[in-house]
Amino acid sequence: MSAVIDTPVNAATRAPRKATNTLEPRWVRYTLITVALLFLTLFLFIPLVAVFFEALKHGWATYQEAVVDPDALAAIKLTFIAAAISVPLNLVFGVAAAWAIAKFDFRGKSVLLTLIDLPFSVSPIIAGLIYVLLFGSQGWFGPWLMDHDIKILFAVPGIVLATIFITFPFVARELIPLMQAQGSEEEEAALVLGASGWSTFFRVTLPNIKWGLLYGVILCNARAMGEFGAVSVVSGHIRGETNTMPLQVEILYNEYNFTAAFAIASLLALLALVTLAVKSIIEWRLHAARKTNLQMQTTEH
Amino acid sequence: MNPFASRSSANRVIPGFGLSLGFTIFYLALIVLIPLSALFLKTFTMTWEAFWAAVSSPRVMASYRLSFGASLIGAFINVIFGGIVAWVLVRYKFPGKRFIDALVDLPFALPTAVAGITLTSLYSANGWIGQYLEKIGIKVAFTPLGVMLALTFIGLPFVVRTVQPVLEDAERELEEAAASLGASPWQTFTRVILPGIVPALLTGFALAFARATGEYGSVVFIAGNMPMVSEITPLFIITKLEQYDYAGATAIAVVMLIVSFILLLAINLLQTWTRKRAGK
Repeated sequence: MSAVIDTPVNAATRAPRKATNTLEPRWVRYTLITVALLFLTLFLFIPLVAVFFEALKHGWATYQEAVVDPDALAAIKLTFIAAAISVPLNLVFGVAAAWAIAKFDFRGKSVLLTLIDLPFSVSPIIAGLIYVLLFGSQGWFGPWLMDHDIKILFAVPGIVLATIFITFPFVARELIPLMQAQGSEEEEAALVLGASGWSTFFRVTLPNIKWGLLYGVILCNARAMGEFGAVSVVSGHIRGETNTMPLQVEILYNEYNFTAAFAIASLLALLALVTLAVKSIIEWRLHAARKTNLQMQTTEH
Repeated sequence: MNPFASRSSANRVIPGFGLSLGFTIFYLALIVLIPLSALFLKTFTMTWEAFWAAVSSPRVMASYRLSFGASLIGAFINVIFGGIVAWVLVRYKFPGKRFIDALVDLPFALPTAVAGITLTSLYSANGWIGQYLEKIGIKVAFTPLGVMLALTFIGLPFVVRTVQPVLEDAERELEEAAASLGASPWQTFTRVILPGIVPALLTGFALAFARATGEYGSVVFIAGNMPMVSEITPLFIITKLEQYDYAGATAIAVVMLIVSFILLLAINLLQTWTRKRAGK
């Protein structure tokens, strides 16, 4: 599912062309714009406004109270822990996978690419289920874990594992096409001039891929913090202990404590908005960088 | 930064092949492959009869019909409106366009549970939108219609983001040529523009459909979750798990997984087709 997420390479090539002499009559143009805007208002804009409206319906004091509730704070803390472990691990994986795939030729590369994408096409519920089968009391490692008094399922390690699975492809997905497009000439030059492998990576490769890397990390983090289905299967829903923010939203909502549920939800919606803003800024920067590159090329010739 | 730079010559100079590939395969096996194989191995412990009974009970059949049916309708709505949104974003200028373009990705960025409770409160009988629909006799929340709505929301960015780049690369000269040769705007659209974006529309459709079939968070709140009526397949897997019927849950999960693999294959073929069309 390689088109699931917009890559910065794709986004940067989306050069806005001048909307000149459209062939269709003016009324067609206005009708289409109206239909598109109505559709987006109904599906995106109204829901977004509704989250914050519902959260603040009973005033700022109630909102604050809901956010600083001990169970809510525990959920926020656990969400940050899960993201703080899964994002760096998937970042290291993404860089390693992109290095191997973009810099070298080997057999089975396309199979490897498909396998990296696999978690995108697995339902979150199935992602949770596989860890139940491995670590549950009836699972492969269940009895051994019980004997040694190690808790993975219905505890923090299970939540972290499910989050890692769900966010597995994000960084790799962004870096592979970027590093493939950049080629290896700059690295080769550095190596020939005597730089070590690691210093070539840190001084040459990393500056070249920093925006793509940040793009992947941002998307990976948003998903890690917002994941619901997979985490819900492995969490056990113990209040104050194994509830992440999305799970806390569910519990509060099912208890008809709507204002508190929307208060936590509004924090997650803010995260989504920040993610979209940073994503747009990165796309804009990549686009600007591409433009100056093109200009340099045309003046050279 | 030459995109055509040859990579094969770099093999001898660039270090780290063993380390990076080794770590990639190790991590992939540990996080994805071994856990996923547990799913298939678990079903091998079942007899064929038990497997078949688990995946074809009337209740699970009803859940397939709802999950796949609502996903199909949702993906179809997204082809129509997503296509229009992509067209408008590429071809026309209007105030707030950049903001709207960024907002299209909201369903990717917004946690599914947040989307779920928000859509439920909007479309319930006393919600902002639900109260008006209630007056004309349409119930959305806690019905299959609600499932369809949530699945449309979740698939919204796919069609827009697959069609957008294709429309941007489309050669306007062809449309102008068609028009100057006397084609009406409608003929230009159906004979020149549409054939060019059909592969992208299909890819977007398949991606939105694949995402929707496995979706859980945004649906459970609005569905009402009544067995045989508004219970989606992922929820039924959870129900089985809560009854400690691990084998039954796994059997249904394997069926869903096989459907996703088939879809993944179809999407890959569609994308190859799109690239070939574009390369022409």
